Amino acid sequence: MEIPYTVDERPDTGIYNAKLGIWLFLASEVMLFGGLFSAYVFLRLGAPVGAFHEWGQELNVPLATLNTLILISSSMTMVMSWVSLKMNDFKKFKLYMALTLLCALCFLVIKYLEYSAKIHHHIYPSTNTFYAIYFTLTGLHGLHIIGGMVVLFYLWVPGSNMWNTKPEQFTNRIEIVGLYWHFVDLVWIFLFPILYLL
Amino acid sequence: MNAHSHHEESFFRKYIWSTDHKIIGLQYGLTALLFLSVGFFLMMVMRWQLAYPETPIPFVGSFFGEDGILLPEIYNSLGAMHGTIMIFLGVVPLAVGAFGNYLVPLQIGAPDMAFPKLNATSYWSYFIGGVIMMGSFFSEEGAARSGWTSYPPLADIEVGQTIWLIGMVFLITSSLLGSINIITTIVQLRAPGLTWSRLPFFVWTQLVTSFLLVLAFPPLEAAAVLQLMDRVASTSFFLPSGLVISGEALAVSGGGSPLLWQHLFWFLAHPEVYVLILPAMGIVSEVLANNTRKPLWGYNSLVYSVIFLGFMSFVVWAHHMFLTGMGTAMSSFFQITTMIISIPSVIILSALLISLWGASIRFNTPMLFALAFLPMFGIGGLTGLPLGMAASDIYLHDTYYVIGHFHYVVAPGTIFALFAGIYYWYPKITGRRMNEGLGQLHFWPSLLFMNGVFMPMFIQGLAGVSRRLWDGGLEYAHAAGVLQWNEFMSISAWLLGISQIPFIINIFYSLKRGEKVDRNPWEATTLEWAAPSPPLPHINFETLPEVHREAYEYSVPGRNRDFTPQTEPKKG
Repeated sequence: MEIPYTVDERPDTGIYNAKLGIWLFLASEVMLFGGLFSAYVFLRLGAPVGAFHEWGQELNVPLATLNTLILISSSMTMVMSWVSLKMNDFKKFKLYMALTLLCALCFLVIKYLEYSAKIHHHIYPSTNTFYAIYFTLTGLHGLHIIGGMVVLFYLWVPGSNMWNTKPEQFTNRIEIVGLYWHFVDLVWIFLFPILYLL
Repeated sequence: MNAHSHHEESFFRKYIWSTDHKIIGLQYGLTALLFLSVGFFLMMVMRWQLAYPETPIPFVGSFFGEDGILLPEIYNSLGAMHGTIMIFLGVVPLAVGAFGNYLVPLQIGAPDMAFPKLNATSYWSYFIGGVIMMGSFFSEEGAARSGWTSYPPLADIEVGQTIWLIGMVFLITSSLLGSINIITTIVQLRAPGLTWSRLPFFVWTQLVTSFLLVLAFPPLEAAAVLQLMDRVASTSFFLPSGLVISGEALAVSGGGSPLLWQHLFWFLAHPEVYVLILPAMGIVSEVLANNTRKPLWGYNSLVYSVIFLGFMSFVVWAHHMFLTGMGTAMSSFFQITTMIISIPSVIILSALLISLWGASIRFNTPMLFALAFLPMFGIGGLTGLPLGMAASDIYLHDTYYVIGHFHYVVAPGTIFALFAGIYYWYPKITGRRMNEGLGQLHFWPSLLFMNGVFMPMFIQGLAGVSRRLWDGGLEYAHAAGVLQWNEFMSISAWLLGISQIPFIINIFYSLKRGEKVDRNPWEATTLEWAAPSPPLPHINFETLPEVHREAYEYSVPGRNRDFTPQTEPKKG
């Protein structure tokens, strides 16, 4: 007796197991970042009027804008890789996955440049509560990017053999990791304005 | 049965990195029972200091301070770790990890959990978290000593807290993975015919509990990350400006808020209370229905109540914070929500109580524990009402009254239910019944001494004795009239410890000598009893069960047996 609905949808719920699983995981992630965002609100309200805005002036808005564009592009290539599998085009899938990974790498390099510029100017998490929450939020987001990259890389090269044996399940896996990837992208869409623009 | 299930698994695959939900459930159960004893042991040591302040502890004194006298800082460590171990390493893993894992797939007629590898990961994450927590006792700084609630600023600057936070991250991860798995399993893997209204009530409680874990734990993880940053990267999330410690200004930027921690912490920790109690209610319902030989009274009310309870538990957290000066408007709001949440709890308790009406009850060990749960949880719940109201809470806050209240909920409440569950499902797990005589020898003294430990706490608390005093209140004039209870409570606690010996003996004795039983020794209706005892490795059932009726068809008039299993087809 195999575990049912690992690949096919259950008729009355209309979903396969892993998809429900990832949505529940993302719900918990929403609560995790929700907790941190409310910490941001709490600290901002507790700080002297205008202090958060003033402290944030040191941040590099053009670089962050570039990073936002890069991350949005990676979300698009991620969808394209899944669509390619749906259309039975394995070569294109490989290409789009490579592009997604490349975007993620660019994002991290730019983030690294931003971090080192801050540290060069002697700005640390301990400088004030704005930089405390800035480094915590972006750092945690960065860890999510790295975690996603590990999974993407696995599915790109070593794990892609599954396409030959269980193509349907492999396509599902790409959909699942895609959902996660879009979520990480979405978190950044929130982080960018509250940290860099407000 | 397919050929796949016949091949021999290595010892490692079978018992260590097993993906069988039954083995993982047992791993959880045994580890959690071990941690429960450790947590209990810490408390027995503390109770020596409370009963006989500053006298050497017999037998184990040399571990806890020079001359065997418990040092105040070690006392604080024991207090913080007693709470942490009992909640995060003991009761939750036993109620959700062990019972949820073992029983949910069986009760819904599934071959395994939806994600077997994730299941194993969640157990081992729990295990690592446990090892880190235990290891902290032997680290240079010692274990955490800022209370299980870890309130800053103290927790930001006191030693031992960093390891605690790292341990918590593992425990939280474990709970998240486990509960995602349980929800997916219940939604996706129900056997054909097992509609939502036919689910056993235990499965409902596990479902709601898992939702609480998925949604409430991440904010604590967020808070843990922030506190870790405070400690490791010298940030000031929870440190206000101008903090002076031992006459010296603290060298941090300041600007943070200690209240932020309390909000994030209690946003988890209040739903956590329901994580502790809901599975217990589920277990008690199963045992009650079976031993009253009647359907549960008000199945629908029970289900709606438990869902409403789960929802409301997210909007009551600040009733733990009436004394923080957050304002009367906030206090009023949380006072009202707290009064509202008591309604579904009372509905559940009433429905279970009414289920007893007119029944010819079988008084076996599981039933005794389940029956004791009702008044014990009742006392715990009702004593909570004065704490939920801001005016009376101002007086009772942080006194022994609070300790008495939540221990009545969790110790003679939840833990009795867990004992009931162990006695009830032991035949399913091992194929043998637990010894009835030893069971009674376990139950009656436990009931007596539980009350001996916790009832006097209300008396002390009403007199105003604070909960975290190393000397038990010796230096306070207002405590003088109630201090004599300390010795009484301590002796009850040690006797309670001794009362657990028949249980431990029973577990091992019945493994070899218990009465052999077939698949349905209690003549029960739910699906787990349709599987062999013990259920088959990895697949549970010989054939996929099909469900034809509701969960508790006991004593239906006109039938020749007083129970009708869910798998029995309807005629005509």
